[in-house]
Amino acid sequence: MSESPADTEVKKQKLFAARRKLYPRFAQGTFQNWRVALVAFSQIVYFVLPWLMWGDRQAWLLDLPARKFYLFGVVLWPQDIIYLTALLIISAYSLFLFTAIAGRVWCGYACPQTVYTELLMWIERAIEGNRNARMKLDAAPWSASKVGKKTLKHVLWLIFALWTGITFVGYFTPIRELVASLPFGLSGWEVFWILFCTGFVYFFTGWMREQVCKYMCPYARFQSAMFDRDTLIITYDATRGEPRGARGRKADLTEAKLGHCVDCSVCVQVCPTGIDIRNGLQYECIGCAACVDGCDEVMKKMNYPLGLIRYTTENALASGYSKKEVWRRVFRPRTLIYMAILVAIIVAVAASLWSRNTLKVDVLRDRGVMAREASPGVIENIYQLQIMNTEERAHRFVIEVSGLPGIEVGEVEQPVTVDGASGRSVPLAARFTLPQEGYKDGMYPIVFTIRAEDDEALRREEKSTFMVPRN
Amino acid sequence: MSDFTSNFWNLYIAILTIAGIIFCIWLLVAVGKREQKSSDSSHVWDGDLTELNNQLPGWWRWMFWGLLIFSIGYLVYFPGLGSFKGTGDWTQIKQFDEEMTALQAKTKPTYDSYLAMAAEDLSKNKNAMETAGRIFSNECARCHGSDAGGGAGFPSLKSGDAMSWGGDVAAIKQSITEGRTGVMTPMGEAVGGAPGVKAVVAYMRSLSGLSHDEGLMAQGGKLFEDNCAACHGADGKGVKEMGAPNLTDNIWVYGGSEAAMTKVVELGKNSNLAQGDFAMPAYKGVLSQAQIHLLTAYVWGKSHK
Repeated sequence: MSESPADTEVKKQKLFAARRKLYPRFAQGTFQNWRVALVAFSQIVYFVLPWLMWGDRQAWLLDLPARKFYLFGVVLWPQDIIYLTALLIISAYSLFLFTAIAGRVWCGYACPQTVYTELLMWIERAIEGNRNARMKLDAAPWSASKVGKKTLKHVLWLIFALWTGITFVGYFTPIRELVASLPFGLSGWEVFWILFCTGFVYFFTGWMREQVCKYMCPYARFQSAMFDRDTLIITYDATRGEPRGARGRKADLTEAKLGHCVDCSVCVQVCPTGIDIRNGLQYECIGCAACVDGCDEVMKKMNYPLGLIRYTTENALASGYSKKEVWRRVFRPRTLIYMAILVAIIVAVAASLWSRNTLKVDVLRDRGVMAREASPGVIENIYQLQIMNTEERAHRFVIEVSGLPGIEVGEVEQPVTVDGASGRSVPLAARFTLPQEGYKDGMYPIVFTIRAEDDEALRREEKSTFMVPRN
Repeated sequence: MSDFTSNFWNLYIAILTIAGIIFCIWLLVAVGKREQKSSDSSHVWDGDLTELNNQLPGWWRWMFWGLLIFSIGYLVYFPGLGSFKGTGDWTQIKQFDEEMTALQAKTKPTYDSYLAMAAEDLSKNKNAMETAGRIFSNECARCHGSDAGGGAGFPSLKSGDAMSWGGDVAAIKQSITEGRTGVMTPMGEAVGGAPGVKAVVAYMRSLSGLSHDEGLMAQGGKLFEDNCAACHGADGKGVKEMGAPNLTDNIWVYGGSEAAMTKVVELGKNSNLAQGDFAMPAYKGVLSQAQIHLLTAYVWGKSHK
């Protein structure tokens, strides 16, 4: 907004710009190859993971109704919510770190919006052709061939989106049963989420595309807080490129008073968000590097050095750093601190997961009956032991109590069998025989020891209290 | 509505609500009429980011209109405007009752099948006992303990002997359905004051084989025959019909120490509910017939493994 226009002019203006449809041109090159590799990786994981089996169950299943997350050999219970917190912290710090180093690499290579836009564009290109062919097709009057192409495109988009939706729901409900019960055996919620995800993929990445990044995604708006002048960004080297202009391949640049930019506008044509990178860093830029690939193709043809548009930093452009200097500055205090915190959290989480006790016990002291005299001189306190066996095989548990001389567990069927990945509530009494000379009344700390009869390592100690009542 | 003893607060809420809605309508109309122009608010950031004073997008304003219409409809249909009950005749209690009726209809076949079974068989049915265990935790455990082993002043349900009204199916069911109030009259004066009480206690302790004074015991035995045997039986084994407990089995609901026994003999039990004595409440209005049947089986099962 350079100058505020006169009011008369403003009245004619619309307050909200209409969308200009983009026809991104396909760019071939290093970064495109990277994107293909990363998209392939993430999508193979996404589509294959729910089909893997672990023993006789799905290897990766987030069973919300049963409140159990099966992740290969690990079964997480609601009590393990801390690992979800840890995952979120790790994700957040990774975001900080990668953004500080190389800007919006998440947006350019891994964000589902980018990934599925890319996939749907491949389908689009296969049917309608590259940029020019697509523009020509849209401008052409409706014909049988145009209707056919458009219909085919949307049908393929929808099939792909539907498959994505089914796979998504397959993470929460066993995918083999899900697919077997298609289409009429599904529950209402399964249908809802499949259609929701299908619509999400179809509308967001087929129709909305860059508008999601520009207007809906908050990340574009707070990225500037994580950038600094040593962050690698995709940028146009104006000192080298300007003044821009068309010229012959053999033209003498000094004589023609031209920079390296031939003003071919390839960088604008390939941009999925429709910006001109030569205007500098803009919030719409999702860091996909398509313009780098596009420009390099042209530079190669012109026999100019590559990298007129490249990954570099603002400081490097201003002070003319060498590549080595740029990389040295990647390891600056900011990124080193992020890395240190990230590594510390990952190590802590891994250690905690590794040493996780699969036996969980809650001791609930009865509130109604504080203490009772089972027979003269014998005091009992009552507890409910919530024994949770998060391992997937059954265990037999022995319950012992200690902390007072001669204290023992009252009549309860021991050992207690708890099935795999399930819990059991065991009400029991701790029994304390008062010694001849009496015992001071009050609360005494006691410890319940629950150990598996069939596994030496599986044991847990839980503290509680025992009340000796006043006489 | 007992919190609102005067009608003032009802009007206060109703007027504020209606005024709020009218204000929102006025605001929307006024803002909608405003000319479509950007005026500079003269707030500039980063050199060139100017904040403009634009009108809300149309879809946004239509959403506000939608909300207003919804809120008016809501206030007409549901209770919300002061003490106005709404035209929809909706209440929380009505909805609760509807949901409970639906739930009962859903569980009825299961409960009916339990009701058709004898309590003795039912106590071996795993599913039924899981349900019964949950009812027990909700209704019974706060006095009788989670393990049904009783508490101070509350009998253990794990042994038939401890249930002074009887531990068979019929007696248990009667106890749960109608409740039980056994009264032990204060005997302090009848047995001749403190020395008499002491003697009776000595005799009682001898019945269960507890330490006692042999000399006092004989005297106590005489007093027992005269004063206590009417309810507890000449042999001290209790009378179930009256809920008089067996004194020979070393189960002492109110404590097995000399001091505790002395207190019971002297002052009696359950003669004054207001002063902290307890009685078993009746559950016939609280639990359904089938639930009581389930609990009966559960309790019976505790002493018949």
